[in-house]
This record gives sequence, C-alpha cells and structure tokens, in this order.
Amino acid sequence: MRAVVIGLLLGLAATTALAVEPSERLADPALEARARALSSELRCLVCQNQSIDDSNAGLAHDLRVLIRERLSAGDSDRQVLDFMVRRYGDFILLKPPVHGDTYVLWFGPFAALALGAIGVALYLRSARRGLSRGPQPLTTEERRRLEKLLAEERDG
Amino acid sequence: MRRLIFLLPVAAFVALAVYFFVSLSRDPAVLPSAMINQPAPAFTLAGLGDQPGLARDEFAGQVVLINFFASWCVPCRTEHPLLMNIPRALGVPLYGIDYKDKPEDAARFLGELGNPYGRVGADRDGRVGIDFGVYGVPETYVIDKAGRIRLRHVGPLSPEDLARELAPLVKALQKS
Repeated sequence: MRAVVIGLLLGLAATTALAVEPSERLADPALEARARALSSELRCLVCQNQSIDDSNAGLAHDLRVLIRERLSAGDSDRQVLDFMVRRYGDFILLKPPVHGDTYVLWFGPFAALALGAIGVALYLRSARRGLSRGPQPLTTEERRRLEKLLAEERDG
Repeated sequence: MRRLIFLLPVAAFVALAVYFFVSLSRDPAVLPSAMINQPAPAFTLAGLGDQPGLARDEFAGQVVLINFFASWCVPCRTEHPLLMNIPRALGVPLYGIDYKDKPEDAARFLGELGNPYGRVGADRDGRVGIDFGVYGVPETYVIDKAGRIRLRHVGPLSPEDLARELAPLVKALQKS
C-alpha cells in the first residue's frame, strides 16, 4: 500500500518536471526567460497537447534550440512566433489568434449565450403579458364546446 | 408555426452531433500544411558519404517529388517498395532528404532496400525539415515548375495515395 502511494506521488512529481535540458539554456537570464515564455506558447506537433517547453520529443528539442538561436540573433518575440507560424501554421500556437477563421471559436459561445438570453427574455415577456391581461371571456366556439360537454355530462 | 421555434435548439444540437460524429473518424495526427502554394524553402545539403548532395535551385523549372525519410523510421520501410516505382510510374524525379540521421546509416538503409532517389541530401540537424514544416518522417512533397509546394503527404504513401492523390496532380502539373 505504502509503495503504491509513494509510486503515485513520484508519478505526480514526474509530470511537473520540465523537458528543457541544461545544455539548451542560454547564459543570459533575460533571454532565457523570453525563450521559456515563448516555448510554453508553442504546441509540440508530435504530441499535440503539450507545449514544446514540456515535451521530450525530438522536434520539440529542435524548436527550443531554434527559438534560442533566433532570440540570440536579435529577433523579437513576435518575429519568432511568425517564423513558427509560417512553417507550421496557426496550429502551432496553443492560443489560437483572433481572425476570420477563428471568430466562431472565440465568439460562438457568447453568441449562443446572447441567443439564449433573447429567447428567455421573449418568453418571460409573453408570459407576463398573459398574466396582466387577466381572465378573458370565452369565444363562441369555446362556449359551444363547453355546452356540448356539459350536456353530455347531464345526459350520461 | 410558433411551435417550430422550439425545434430550433434541437436542430442545432442534431447538426453539432452529426459534425462531431463525422469528425471522430478524422485522423488528428494529420495536420493541415501552412506551406501549400508557398515557394519551397531554399536549401543546400551535402550528400551521403561522397555522393552528390541536393539543393533546391537544381530542380527549378521541373515538377519533382521530395521525400523526407530516415534509416531509423519504421514507416519509411513500409513505403519504400512503392517509392522504388515512383520515378518510373509518374515520370518525375524523386529526391530524398535524409532527416536527422547518420549518413552512414542512411547509406546502409538504401544499400539494403534499394535507392529510389535521384539525389539524396543529408539534413543532419533537421533544419531543412523545420523549414518545410515537417513534424515526422516520412513526409512527401510535390513541387511544381514554379518551385511552389503543391501537396504534402504525411505518413507512409499507400498505392491508393499514389493513384488518387499524387498521380493526377503530377500529370496536371506537368501539362501546365
């Protein structure tokens, strides 16, 4: 039992370990911090739901080294991201950018919420109007049906 | 008529359910390429051993196929017999880029299985692969006469891929 618990704890600890290898790190802490921030925004294309900062895949390692090279060469963060997107498309960004193709993704939930709110508001308004009008007299059609039913009751 | 408005959410749900169900059969590992219709990235690579290397500008004006492979890549062995036939079957040159591999291993791989490539370039650090947007070998690219990437196939080629995707495209590109 104890061994299982320890094993589980070790397993949990392992997931928090990072994939960045000491040999990849830059000497300049400011540049290294930018590289880390950038690589946590980029998707590892091999494992897909990990960032390249977390991934041990060979391609993730290559991209981490590439980011550091470009930053050392004087690229801005924006230039590094553009470099990646040109090659791998928007999919490499873990946070999808807001543009034509992604409007449904970004604004769809709010549109659905707004439609629902309009629906509820219309329903409540018509329900309230029904109440405020008070009881209405029966139409001739309704009166005729009522008399017929009452007559059946009497006769039966 | 007013009742119909209550069916609207049901219809929206059914549409979404159908979309998600169809999406279940899509392979999430096949990603769209950002490089389609973009010029193929420039590269100059050394060859394997003392063989001649490969550079983009050598095949300008021609329709060519570029196949990324590696000796350590298992699916590459699966598609290899098909690659052997491609230059003859399609009538276009097939060039190989040996991705993150030791040249001597690649030379042994080709010695063992046969060499379908007109030329092979050794991309030892995988940088040319990154420029093409490669995220796993094998990948195959079709490049038109203007040097633009027209098709990218991820994973091993099957005879169906060759007949349905590559052959018609190559034929059309050669005529243009």
